[in-house]
Amino acid sequence: MERRNIEEKIFKGLMLLSTVAILSSLVLILLTVLVKGLPYLSWAMVTQVPQGGYYLGKGGGILNAIVGSLYLAGGATILAILFSLPVALYLNVYSKSDSKFVSTCRFAFDVLCGVPSIVYGAFGFTIMIFFGMRASLLGGIIAIALLILPMMIRSMDEVIRLVPRELLDASYALGANRWETALKVVARQSLPGILTSILIAFGRGIGDAAAVIFTAGFTDAIPNSLLRPVATLPLAIFFQLGVPIPEVQGRAYASALILTILILIISLAARLLSKKVTRHIVK
Amino acid sequence: MSARRVKDILASRILLVLTLAAVSLIFLMVAGLYFKSKPILDSQPLSELFFSSRWRPFRGEFGFLSFIMGTIWVTGVAVLIAVPLCLLTSIYLSEYAHSKVREWVKPLIDILAGIPSVVFGVWGMLVVVPFIKDVVAPFAGVFSTGYSILAGGIVLAIMIFPVIIHVSLEIFRAVPQEVREASLAVGATRWQTIKHVVMRKALPGVAAAVVLGISRAFGETMAVLMVVGNVPKIPHSVLDPAYPLPALIANNYGEMLSIPLYDSALMLAALILLLVVLIFNALSKMILIRMERSIR
Repeated sequence: MERRNIEEKIFKGLMLLSTVAILSSLVLILLTVLVKGLPYLSWAMVTQVPQGGYYLGKGGGILNAIVGSLYLAGGATILAILFSLPVALYLNVYSKSDSKFVSTCRFAFDVLCGVPSIVYGAFGFTIMIFFGMRASLLGGIIAIALLILPMMIRSMDEVIRLVPRELLDASYALGANRWETALKVVARQSLPGILTSILIAFGRGIGDAAAVIFTAGFTDAIPNSLLRPVATLPLAIFFQLGVPIPEVQGRAYASALILTILILIISLAARLLSKKVTRHIVK
Repeated sequence: MSARRVKDILASRILLVLTLAAVSLIFLMVAGLYFKSKPILDSQPLSELFFSSRWRPFRGEFGFLSFIMGTIWVTGVAVLIAVPLCLLTSIYLSEYAHSKVREWVKPLIDILAGIPSVVFGVWGMLVVVPFIKDVVAPFAGVFSTGYSILAGGIVLAIMIFPVIIHVSLEIFRAVPQEVREASLAVGATRWQTIKHVVMRKALPGVAAAVVLGISRAFGETMAVLMVVGNVPKIPHSVLDPAYPLPALIANNYGEMLSIPLYDSALMLAALILLLVVLIFNALSKMILIRMERSIR
């Protein structure tokens, strides 16, 4: 065999090997969490808040953190939609396509997408100090909203960009103005994609820990006001892991399993949604 | 003017304001964090802050060197592990794999990207840390608790797989098919074509992908914090523990308000992270935009 063919064989082998290695890292992570968490998973874990001495191995569950994470990510997602959807529509309907302004904005949002969540947490914290707020649900919502805003803008922008230009022109030709076109044609046409972006951002919000560590606090109760501190699943996992009692650590693994399942459900829903919801779509 | 027209113009103004507000988030963050870290920047010379490793907040000594070195070590290890694996995988998926395989693998990579960092941390503590303690360290003839740079680097490498693969796969796919055909037509093998033609075209983009991976690794907090040991000393080997900047910020949020200048020091750490990441991201984005133009 020629030397160059041997080289090709070797590299092809290496390529296959690395692909398998990368995919098996995913499998390994999911399996580890499943195997370690399943034995400790119980009905009480998902239906009760921590009772007295929970962190010493006594009864209770992490309902506070599950509900807290949903509140937090839900609130942040709603807050971020209020900004991201208008911005994405503005970039695609109101601005001249591919103008300098639009590409600068896209560039800025791309750069913002890469900012680490701990920095958003620190910045959220400075905002809170500025307004004299304490660690609370509202503080956490603001930090997470800042974190998911740029990625939501960019993913909505990508989706809305795909709406055919002719559709806009048709709408204008019928006498609609830009606002009506944006709302009734463009937003509706790209609805499945928009919902997918929202769901993905929601998942990011649930999974993030570093942005809420300063801003949301932690509590064993389910918050009944925006100004109360709130527990989150990632932090609940982190704190339980820090307790050197096997029972509590086991519950941390179970909490990690719950979080993973939650995230997988959300990403599955996002995937299905992007294919299924096509009722209003003009093809 | 009709009500419809008023509405349209009003909406246009409001949307513009919202867009500008969102863009200005970058400047707001830099300004806010700078404002917060001003006290420590005023109280100590930059050389003291960046080139001293004395970290004694109680005595007012804030030398960031060990944390900066910790971040560089962990990021470096992660990139060294991730880059070859990701490149080989991306080349395989782009040049060799059947399109069906590609469509199967992509969602799996997306799932990997979606896993919360705390779960990576749990996995690292359960699998990677014991592996280093029981296998790697004895093999190297040293003692280690397992909580080390290597553990952080391995976990981090897996976390940046999706970023690097996603970008570099897109780059490889963007190399025009004719270029490959021309090379194959003159008798080159597939691998030669990849090595000499595709890689050459894709190189800047691959660099951008790597830079993006680095910047992602740089700021990752929770997963690294859980496995890296958090000892504020300058590390000397991959089996030493380290204390990266993000972990420093996250670990000390409790006591930072009770010691003077401490909160300012942590905000400075956040500012450093922000600036480095902004520069790296801007750099990689600029490379990608230039590539996009040149391929068109």
